[in-house]
Amino acid sequence: MSDDTIDLRLHVWRQRGPGDEGRFADYSKYAKRISTHASFLEMLDVVNERLAADGERPIAFDHDCREGICGMCGAVINGVPHGHRTLTTTCQLHMREFQNGAEVFVEPFRATAFPVIEDLMVDRSSFDTIVQAGGYVSVRTGAAPDANEIPVPKQIADRAMDAAACIGCGACVAACPNASASLFLSAKLAHLNLLPQGQPERYRRTRAMLAAHDDAGFGGCTNHRECEAACPKGISTDFIARMNRDVIVASLTDKDGNLI
Amino acid sequence: MQAVLTLTRSTVGQKVVVAVTGVILFGFVIGHLAGNLLLFVGPEAFNAYAAGIKGNPPLLWGTRVTLLVSVVLHVTFTMQLARRNATARARGYQKPRKDQITTYAARTMILSGPLLFAYILFHIAHFTAPGLDLGGTFHPENVYANVVNGFRTWWVSAIYIFANFLLGLHLFHGGWSAAQSIGAQSPKYDALKKQVAVGLAVFVSAGNIFIPIAVLTQLIGSADQLARAQAAFETEAVTEAATGAEEE
Ligand code: HEM
Ligand code: SF4
Ligand code: FES
Repeated sequence: MSDDTIDLRLHVWRQRGPGDEGRFADYSKYAKRISTHASFLEMLDVVNERLAADGERPIAFDHDCREGICGMCGAVINGVPHGHRTLTTTCQLHMREFQNGAEVFVEPFRATAFPVIEDLMVDRSSFDTIVQAGGYVSVRTGAAPDANEIPVPKQIADRAMDAAACIGCGACVAACPNASASLFLSAKLAHLNLLPQGQPERYRRTRAMLAAHDDAGFGGCTNHRECEAACPKGISTDFIARMNRDVIVASLTDKDGNLI
Repeated sequence: MQAVLTLTRSTVGQKVVVAVTGVILFGFVIGHLAGNLLLFVGPEAFNAYAAGIKGNPPLLWGTRVTLLVSVVLHVTFTMQLARRNATARARGYQKPRKDQITTYAARTMILSGPLLFAYILFHIAHFTAPGLDLGGTFHPENVYANVVNGFRTWWVSAIYIFANFLLGLHLFHGGWSAAQSIGAQSPKYDALKKQVAVGLAVFVSAGNIFIPIAVLTQLIGSADQLARAQAAFETEAVTEAATGAEEE
């Protein structure tokens, strides 16, 4: 056997739909001679071709860009969302990270607010609902404004960019013992609440997006910090503290932002 | 009004209340221990301290009401949040992560908390209302003797030692966590904050555990000290007014 391929002892979660009980299937015989240059998703592609050749139903999984920027992919690999390699999405995880003969369990992100659609594919539209509740700035934009028309201090711009790096993959929810989406929520809030353009609606936005988060059935944060360890974009739990501060102020101000 | 409900109904708002009440309770246990350490100065100093608190109704009742309100809010909201968190992942992982980032203390808050609640009830019953005859007759004013008599009974000491170990565990996570929940966070001071929080947790836990150990090993509570403590009350008529007793 060449050094460039490995055999896996692969177990994949199979579940026909939300109502199905679901179970691990042992696909070790379909996971031999996997190129170490393949990404994790390409490994699943190969397994799927072999499954199809045997007349079996291919494994359903989400993906789109396959370059770590869209946030569509994601599975829990040996207990860790996106696998053990830090700051890496499932699509950017390469099979060279695995030893020959490694036992690999793949299961979906698990959260009540992320119901399983099929196999490894979960419904993350609850994230869209959160963003729809306030993840925007209500101004007439008109033509593109001149660059630097609104001065933004460099430090603030950098922090806002750090928050904006969130790709909405949901790994933070999957990693959280409480299935809380606090890291995602706090990143989306910080992204706008830090910038001058986000100020007028800052506290209204904070209340509305938090309410949408809670209504979707996500849990609350108990500061375990599993989320930031799993996040492929390195979003820090400092943003959660920032959100908490904004929630305190939001609780003490009316909808026009005046202290009550 | 809608806004204030964010504080009492949302996950973040409830957690803020848990944190603020947690910090009040944390502050209290630090002060409480500082007072208790007067046991090592001597029976006169300790009983005078106890009498001083009792003789200051605004302080006594202000503290009692603040603590009662804090505990009620703390427990109510932690329980509501815990129930919610349990349903947020109805179906757990079949192969959970083995090298978790979180700590044992953080994962067991929901156990250390309710156990502390049970302990607090026992502790108040023991030393305050009604005051229990553990290891000797309860004397509402000779608090020094109550402590020594109680802790000479091995199982009473065992309860206090175990409970204060749990308190240390609770505060090991609680200190840093509360600061984060209130939003006091900056990358620059994160390490320092963790150290201060853990340092205070260890101080409270170890300090409280040291008291029963000091009694059991006869470091404090000698026959002479007990006699001196008792002598101060021999001259006055000993009343059995257990209701006005105070927290030592
Ligand atoms: C001496 C009494 C107590 C002190 C000093 C104390 C202190 C604290 C502190 C500082 C926190 C952190 C708050 C945060 O992160 O927002 C906390 C959290 C918590 N406390 Fe307490 N507490 C006490 C008693 C109790 C009791 C009696 C219960 C339950 C019956 C309880 C249950 C909890 C729970 C469940 C949490 C949340 C844990 C988490 O975030 O995972 N505590 N406590
Ligand atoms: S915070 Fe990180 S883990 Fe969570 S959705 Fe955004 S990118 Fe994914
Ligand atoms: S497929 Fe787009 S981030 Fe992985």
